Amino acid sequence: MPEEKKTVRKKIAAAADLNNFMRDYYLDLDAAAQKGSPKIAWCTSVGPAEILRAFGFKVYFPETHSAMLGATRMATDFIPVANAMGYSPEICSYLTADIGAFLKGVTPLEKAFNIKSIPKPDVLVFNTNQCRDVQDWFNWYGEKFNAPVVGVHTYRGVSQVTDKHIYSIAKQLEALIPPLEKIAGKKFELNDLKRTVALSRECSELWKKILDTAAAKPAPITFFDGTTLMGPAVVGRGTQQAIDVYKILLAELQERIKNGEGAVENEKFRIYWDGMPVWGRLSAHSQLFSALKANVLASTYCNSWIFSALDPEDPFNSMARAYTELFIVRADEAKETYIKNMLKFFKVDGVIYHDAKTCPNNSNCRYGMPQRLEKQTGIPSLTLNGDLNDLRMISDEQTKTNVEAFIEQLQDNRH
Amino acid sequence: MSVQPIYVGADVGASRTKVAVLDAAKTLIGYAVQKSGTDFTATADDCLQQSLAMAGAGQGDIVNAISTGYGRKNVTYARDTRTEIGCHAGGCYHYFPTAITIIDIGGQDNKVIKLDEAGRRTSFKMNRKCAAGTGAFLEEMSARLDIPLERMNDLAARSTDMVKLGSFCTVFSATEVLENIRHGKKIEDIVKGVFFSVIRRVLEMDAMSENVVMTGGVVAHNLHLVRMMEDLIARPIWVPEKPQLTGAIGAAIYAMDNQPE
Repeated sequence: MPEEKKTVRKKIAAAADLNNFMRDYYLDLDAAAQKGSPKIAWCTSVGPAEILRAFGFKVYFPETHSAMLGATRMATDFIPVANAMGYSPEICSYLTADIGAFLKGVTPLEKAFNIKSIPKPDVLVFNTNQCRDVQDWFNWYGEKFNAPVVGVHTYRGVSQVTDKHIYSIAKQLEALIPPLEKIAGKKFELNDLKRTVALSRECSELWKKILDTAAAKPAPITFFDGTTLMGPAVVGRGTQQAIDVYKILLAELQERIKNGEGAVENEKFRIYWDGMPVWGRLSAHSQLFSALKANVLASTYCNSWIFSALDPEDPFNSMARAYTELFIVRADEAKETYIKNMLKFFKVDGVIYHDAKTCPNNSNCRYGMPQRLEKQTGIPSLTLNGDLNDLRMISDEQTKTNVEAFIEQLQDNRH
Repeated sequence: MSVQPIYVGADVGASRTKVAVLDAAKTLIGYAVQKSGTDFTATADDCLQQSLAMAGAGQGDIVNAISTGYGRKNVTYARDTRTEIGCHAGGCYHYFPTAITIIDIGGQDNKVIKLDEAGRRTSFKMNRKCAAGTGAFLEEMSARLDIPLERMNDLAARSTDMVKLGSFCTVFSATEVLENIRHGKKIEDIVKGVFFSVIRRVLEMDAMSENVVMTGGVVAHNLHLVRMMEDLIARPIWVPEKPQLTGAIGAAIYAMDNQPE
């Protein structure tokens, strides 16, 4: 009988520190929710968290919560609840899973941290730079909690980020200040914003250095590690704690590089992942690739929380630039240049595009991009059909056959 | 009993299990096809015994064996596995050693595989998680029309006024079929429409290169599909002698080319 191939995946010791960071973050939020102070702001994952932290809000990110629903494989149980109340199974399964779980009174925070419910918002702040779904999502909760919803309406399909884009978004960010002052019950202090932007920038720089370690051969980290290690870059930017924990992680990865230790034993193939992770299959996918001695080592997704434009001396304009320069906001031409640079920098052998059924904005394979990039780079690609949270959209056997066949192709063509 | 070295490929598909035995000259000397059923291991064993009997060979003559298909991990006598994509590619290139596009229509999935002149795979696509255009679609339609699967090919060939089915979805297509029955359309025209639907789903998967090869169980039993595809793409299509065995033959060739040291 042919044996199932298994490869050792080296665990990251600092993951324990990151887990503690996430635990403390959620306990802190819960304490504020219980006490009613400090006030709580909900924010989209690439929303203006720095402004909210400058006001002293505790900041909660529903997308991270929904990713937890996905990773714990709870999401698929709750998506139908939202479907039944009129939210299509074709729209964002972060939204449908999260609303469905809320309606059922369930949260993965309970099992993870003994937290009974998500924190009630005093305000919800969105940025549509990822999609319109976040706005619908926040509006639903705004109505449910009778809390104000404010936000930034971004541009889409941006080819070149111009001063006009920056001006418009910066003005929208500034316009958030008066309502937030009212809700926070305090005056806005520019120096507080400068401080949080500086912290956010430092966190972003460290996160970039962490992800860039994957350029080493063998790579000391995988994309699947990155999807959980990115917690502080999402929920902790603008805080010192995120910086501290990333310093520990970076040191460990640099040590691995020094010792020639790869995250995947005997790494033979270097793969780039475009699109969302399949949260409920992180471990299975990690095992699938590593058994084939393939390391999915870099991604558009994890790199989307790098905000190099942030400048504490010009907080509004630089935030506007950082949140508009993002991959997801851009036109295909800019996206293709970005991916080409990534493939070169990370010395990639093959590309996986995840066509996530419910996430058109982050499924970049639908308008001929894989074919164009293959032609330009000569690097082959594979499209996997799946979803971020809705496991009903996934065929594990098809995924497995596709991935194995793709790695076979890379292997055969090396000869 | 001979003592010739033989190479075995076992393709345990979602619908059928196929085993091929090749001699050292890569000639097919034994084969068997059976419903995969629920016990993949037992079916693969049965198929091996039948194939060996046909080849006049014994289990001791096997130099190497490779398994492929959804049940590839359940074949006790296989030394290793290879995906059905790789095996269909290898099997087709064996018969048509040039740059080809392979269309494999299987029981539950379709594949479009592209090879260059040297037989290197340049790309492949599998159908999405959807039965449209697969053998499962034909099975569903044969049940709806209450005609045996094996009669569909002859019926389609008799059609003079094909019914067009517009839907992508198997269930919606079935509704369309019922609607056409209600409107008194001829069964053969509906069956041809069902065949046309299969072809269209396949052509949507990828662009075809100059030389096209069709394989798989659905093709083996419904050669009219090939004729219809030829009309649609306006060029002849190559079909190996035993299209249902291409994956198993590819696995056996791989077994020969990658012998244990």
